[in-house]
Amino acid sequence: MYIVKRILTMLLTIWVITTLTFIIMHSIPGDPFASDADVLPEEVLANMRAKFNLDEPLPVQYVLYLKDLAQFDLGPSIQSETRDVNTLIADGFPASAVLGLQSLVIALVFGLLLGIIAALNHNGILDYASMGFAILGISIPSFILAPLLINYFAVDWGMFPVASWGTWQHTILPSVALATAPLAIVARFMRSSMLEVMNQNYIKTADAKGLAITGIVIKHGIRNALIPVISFIGPLAAFLLTGTFVIEKIFAIPGIGKYFVDSIFNRDFPVILGTTIFFSTILIVTLFLVDISYRIVDPRIKLSSKGE
Amino acid sequence: MSRLLEVNDLKVSFKTYGGEVKAVRGVDFHIDQGEVLAIVGESGCGKSVTAQSIMGLLPKKVSMIKGGSVTFNGEEILGLPKKKMQKLKGSEIGLISQDPMTSLNPTMRIGSQIAEAIKKHTNYSKSQVYARVIELLHLVGIPNPEKRYKQYPHELSGGMRQRVLIAMALSCEPKLLIADEPTTALDVTIQAQILDLLKDIQKRLDTSIILITHDLGVVAEVAQRVAVMYAGVVIESGEVEEIFEAPKHPYTWGLLHSVPKYEKGNHEKSRLVPIEGSPPDLFAPPVGCPFAARCEYAMEICVDQMPDVTKSSPTHSARCWLNDSQAPSVKDFVAAGGER
Repeated sequence: MYIVKRILTMLLTIWVITTLTFIIMHSIPGDPFASDADVLPEEVLANMRAKFNLDEPLPVQYVLYLKDLAQFDLGPSIQSETRDVNTLIADGFPASAVLGLQSLVIALVFGLLLGIIAALNHNGILDYASMGFAILGISIPSFILAPLLINYFAVDWGMFPVASWGTWQHTILPSVALATAPLAIVARFMRSSMLEVMNQNYIKTADAKGLAITGIVIKHGIRNALIPVISFIGPLAAFLLTGTFVIEKIFAIPGIGKYFVDSIFNRDFPVILGTTIFFSTILIVTLFLVDISYRIVDPRIKLSSKGE
Repeated sequence: MSRLLEVNDLKVSFKTYGGEVKAVRGVDFHIDQGEVLAIVGESGCGKSVTAQSIMGLLPKKVSMIKGGSVTFNGEEILGLPKKKMQKLKGSEIGLISQDPMTSLNPTMRIGSQIAEAIKKHTNYSKSQVYARVIELLHLVGIPNPEKRYKQYPHELSGGMRQRVLIAMALSCEPKLLIADEPTTALDVTIQAQILDLLKDIQKRLDTSIILITHDLGVVAEVAQRVAVMYAGVVIESGEVEEIFEAPKHPYTWGLLHSVPKYEKGNHEKSRLVPIEGSPPDLFAPPVGCPFAARCEYAMEICVDQMPDVTKSSPTHSARCWLNDSQAPSVKDFVAAGGER
């Protein structure tokens, strides 16, 4: 029952997002053929507009789009003559997803570890070192970090290929560059959460039972400290999986990150809508997974369809 | 009766940004096998800190044991290496903490939380551990132990949680149980049940209990001996009857005056008498008697010099200059509950 209700809400959310994007998109001035208007004759432009239904009134265009969307067809791309939006996403998503998943794993594993180590050495050298590293990670933009990584690890030391996409070696530098900022944020989150948990009375209870510190940290500390961190993981996963413009550009990765930005400059309406809907779907699904994992980590949370 | 725990001249300080807080400034007391000792005092007098330093539970970074000794079964346990202390904690000395609502791990089944200590300190098999947990839940009066075993703390009431904590503290049959305000967070009817349970356990298992409380009613009901603490020192200690019937320290008089009393046939409502003022600043504790500033009977010497311990019976001792042979008598107030 909970799941059914939840899925219906997710569909409703996607419809609202589609509608809003449609309205906002059409309220920006310009159209896909604005740059061709000087060169092409009026009749050709009219033909092209007709091809993409752009000559219809907006409500009609909207209904036509929803009809296609209901059949999971995101429509043709105006910019690309050979590929429609479904193909664009299907072609680009695997690379972005691999990159995103690897960065997510790196960010979580090292972020959580760093946070825990920092918390357990509160105000000690390890704490200051890892939090210093975290601040660096948050404040260095990826377009600086990525060239630095390429310069040292690829050019100077030749450990990894410089750019492009192919073998697993190609994925490492971009994954690291993409993971650094979220890693730092996860570390800071985990540190403060862990500090709070380790001051709780139940940690004292565990101590009074004579348990060793490692046992206390693992069995009583980490699980409770994870609860606030989980809520951050959902949106993070969505952002990482759907690719990033900057990293994919720098490393010449054939992902979908670039369409988010290019489509807007080109006023490629179906691609704007398609990428937005795709991103929202992934975000909504990860948020759903986060809610489910809450239930697993924290027994106090009950998933109910009544919102009790 | 054999001496189980002896605390001598225990001094504990905390490092803070404002300087050093001398929370415990030379505490002496002892407890024998099978005895219930109550440590009484107002908030901040150092009673919980004393208990936690016995068990080595104070955060190492901010607290310092400045001196003294704590012997358990004749062995010094203050500053014992971590591993040895871990063997003692939970098996020989159990702790029942102050707040049942926050002292259980919210994401762990209560059965597993009790089982943890047993697994740590015994070589029991899985089924033996389970059987022992069920037995303990029975012992502390939790109905349906098999069902409760699988529940999480949020599914239990405050009284039930306190029972779980007691079961946890008892799991390895400790010789000494430290109960740090075990009833403070509970409502009155549940308080009585928990106290009855503690008394019952103490009788059945011959466990010694250090009961930390600020509730004199609790003391009268459960304890055999009392130590009254004020500003980090024990200012009076003795058998329950001695403390309630012939208190020797003005602070104890004040404490007894500030509790409502019911007398048969007397339905007149009488005002409670508060102790005026507040306890001294422990950043810079006074040289003399810490109670001098609030004491109606304070003399010059009280401000200048810490009173020695005077004994009025082998078991009853107090730190007050009024008990000195040269002091003026204040007989009028010697009887507890004496009218003003």
